[in-house]
Amino acid sequence: MKKSNIIMFIAAILPLGLFLFPLWKITLEAPQYPTPLGMYIHINDFSDANPHDIKNINLMNHYVGMKYIPEAIPEFKIFPAGILITTVIGLIIAFKGNYKWFLFWFILMMALSSAGLYDFYIWEHDYGHNLDPKAIMKFTNPDGTQMGFQPPLFGTKDILNFRAHSYPRLGAYFLGLGIAASFFAYLVGKKTHKKTLSM
Amino acid sequence: MKNLLKSIVAIVSVSVAFTSCNNATSSDSKSGALSGNVAEKVYVAPGEHDEFYAFVSGGFSGQLAVYGLPSGRLFKVIPVFSQDAEKAYGYNEETKPMLNTSHGFVPWDDSHHPDISQTEGVIDGRWVFINGNNTPRIAKIDLSTFETTEIIEVPNSAGNHSSSFVTENTEYVVAGTRFSVPVPQRDMPIKDYKGNFKGALTFISVEPEHGNMDIKFQLIMPGFDYDLSHPGRGKSHGWFFFSTYNTEEASTLMEVNASQNDKDFIAAVNWKKIEEYVNNGGGTMMPANYAHNVYDEATHSATSTMKKEVLTVNPLDVPGAVYLMPTPKSPHGCDVDPTGEYIVGSGKLSANLTIHSFTKMLDAIENEKFAGDAYGIPIIEFEASLAGVVEQPGLGPLHTEFDDKGNAYTTFFISSEVVKWKVGTWEVIDRQPTYYSVGHLMIPGGNSRKPFGKYVLAMNKITKDRYLPTGPEVTQSAQLYDISGEKMQLLLDFPTVGEPHYAAGAPADIIKPRSKKLFNLEDNEHPYAAKTEADTKVVRDGKTVHIYMTTIRSHFSPDNIEGIKVGDKVYFHVTNLEQDYDVPHGISIIGANTSELLIMPGQTETFAWEPKQEGVWPFYCTDFCSALHQEMQGYVRVSAANSNTPLRWSLGEDIE
Repeated sequence: MKKSNIIMFIAAILPLGLFLFPLWKITLEAPQYPTPLGMYIHINDFSDANPHDIKNINLMNHYVGMKYIPEAIPEFKIFPAGILITTVIGLIIAFKGNYKWFLFWFILMMALSSAGLYDFYIWEHDYGHNLDPKAIMKFTNPDGTQMGFQPPLFGTKDILNFRAHSYPRLGAYFLGLGIAASFFAYLVGKKTHKKTLSM
Repeated sequence: MKNLLKSIVAIVSVSVAFTSCNNATSSDSKSGALSGNVAEKVYVAPGEHDEFYAFVSGGFSGQLAVYGLPSGRLFKVIPVFSQDAEKAYGYNEETKPMLNTSHGFVPWDDSHHPDISQTEGVIDGRWVFINGNNTPRIAKIDLSTFETTEIIEVPNSAGNHSSSFVTENTEYVVAGTRFSVPVPQRDMPIKDYKGNFKGALTFISVEPEHGNMDIKFQLIMPGFDYDLSHPGRGKSHGWFFFSTYNTEEASTLMEVNASQNDKDFIAAVNWKKIEEYVNNGGGTMMPANYAHNVYDEATHSATSTMKKEVLTVNPLDVPGAVYLMPTPKSPHGCDVDPTGEYIVGSGKLSANLTIHSFTKMLDAIENEKFAGDAYGIPIIEFEASLAGVVEQPGLGPLHTEFDDKGNAYTTFFISSEVVKWKVGTWEVIDRQPTYYSVGHLMIPGGNSRKPFGKYVLAMNKITKDRYLPTGPEVTQSAQLYDISGEKMQLLLDFPTVGEPHYAAGAPADIIKPRSKKLFNLEDNEHPYAAKTEADTKVVRDGKTVHIYMTTIRSHFSPDNIEGIKVGDKVYFHVTNLEQDYDVPHGISIIGANTSELLIMPGQTETFAWEPKQEGVWPFYCTDFCSALHQEMQGYVRVSAANSNTPLRWSLGEDIE
């Protein structure tokens, strides 16, 4: 097996780390929460950072009319299937394909990941803006529009008394590393190909 | 170029040396200025935690208060033997059985001697035991919830005072009677006390895993007053020592008649020997009647069981198990040093402290150095077990605790002081006044093989002018001394709840990590729990109505109830659905003849309400729970006894 194919093989395997480790984490800090509230986003699940955190995030958010964080979303079925399918494709490429296919897989994964992030953004936006009209507390921006409570996609943001942090976790790094490795496999493969040609 | 480099190096090294020299000087002067600062030693900055927990009994308040040391800040008053309307203890349906006794519901007691459970002679921070004096009981407080979870009544006992001290692996918590009484109780002339009344010393076994208490045996001793006690430890593990007074066996004008004998006794009890005797079928089962009350954390409810017999042991049936060591003048404190070698008897009418040696006691027993017997129990010759005497340390010695450097600290009630002396040489090292009339004192772990000798807490009975006056009744107090140096230093003087009779202390690190934040709702097995709002309902059973209610920020479910009638007995079973730290909810309703409920997250509590008038009566949350606490309210419609208003309930919509 060629060196580039071995790298591609590793690249295809790495995203499976998403089944072991969380993809993302949202943390909410406030003075009354010396231990911040936190939620992990897994490829197929939301989970508490500390016991009962999601229940308590829901309780806080109901004051401003935000919906409860759902038990399950369609993405929890689509994302795992997507990862499994792309891994299988990646493995086939690793065994059968050449460096051009590696590039194809890289572009495919970049496209799918971007779509996933966009989907996450859409959900966050809806979560933060689609508020119950009977909300207990209604806040408006200085320009008179309704205030939204969308957590940041990436980074840190102040939302009323909370400071929200949103950052990728280990699962996302596995995915990122896999994608980067496929591009590396492409470069190695291309170099070897040129060498073979010139020889 | 080379020279330039050299001179730069030289300049840098000189300036480094100069700077570090400066630092040394400034830090020295700083610590010098601070060493005399007493306030700094007890200052625990906002948000910081204390170094020690102190569990200070409330005496006649019947409770146990939790303070931090060195700050003296009060964190919680744990209700034990007395009803507490704030926490609904003894008022709600779940905890009423905790105060059941063979005399019925007893809503008060006199709580005296807290002692923390031990493993291998070191405090382990799992439970605190405390005695109720008046209607003899021993309680266990679970230090994961800081709640009273078990109370056992002690039969054949009266004035349960030489209690509740634990052996070094918490095999037993021991309860000795102060007043001797007829055993079993019967109608007889008081003047026939002598020879007929008995003193029961009760050994309550503690199940190692869950701490369940059970009376293993009662040693039925002569009719003296058993004042205080302590377990042997280390080499003397397996023995227990009890001080006695009124060996005169007087029953009237005790202050005179019980003070006639030159010496009373410290009774040494080999409990291992007696344990072996009863394990082999020894002892006599005696009919009795005493309550055993157990609180179950899963059902959040207590049950009370009446027990009908107790195993008694006559000391004469177990040769070699009990001896009496003469000790001058009505000894009060009976304290054992960390090595287990020395037993300090504080003859409260004596000017001296008498110290017995465990090794010498064993030797005296082996060589039968006896000076007679009392009701068949051998009396050891006074000199034979005597290790030494602390000469004239003060007036009215009461109690002694120990540090980890071989020093002992004894309180003197009459001369109002704490005296530090050296174990082994018996010389007095230091004395400091108390304000005023000190009783017990406490060093964290001071009753174990491993004391944490940084502070001693002295507990005073009288304060008079020490604080802003509050009419004729003024607070009692505790005083904190730094004992890390040769001389004791008074640091702090703080008021207490009730009578700070005695205390037990422990480093915070032993207890803090075990403290629970909430009760898991999914573990709630209360028979009337509603674990979701969908489970809430109102059920009528004749004239009894059960409301399965929930609370969560910021509403009750249901919050509108109709169909209640005058003459009904209405039980509000309220489950707090919160699962967040420090979010309790409270509830009460107009005219409830009981206290509020204060319900912790995940817990269910119940109060009963008997409406006497028609009308629409509001109830509300009594604990400021959230930004919308004031909106957390509801109504109950009460109709005439003969009305036919249907039973209905709702949340968030009109009742239809």
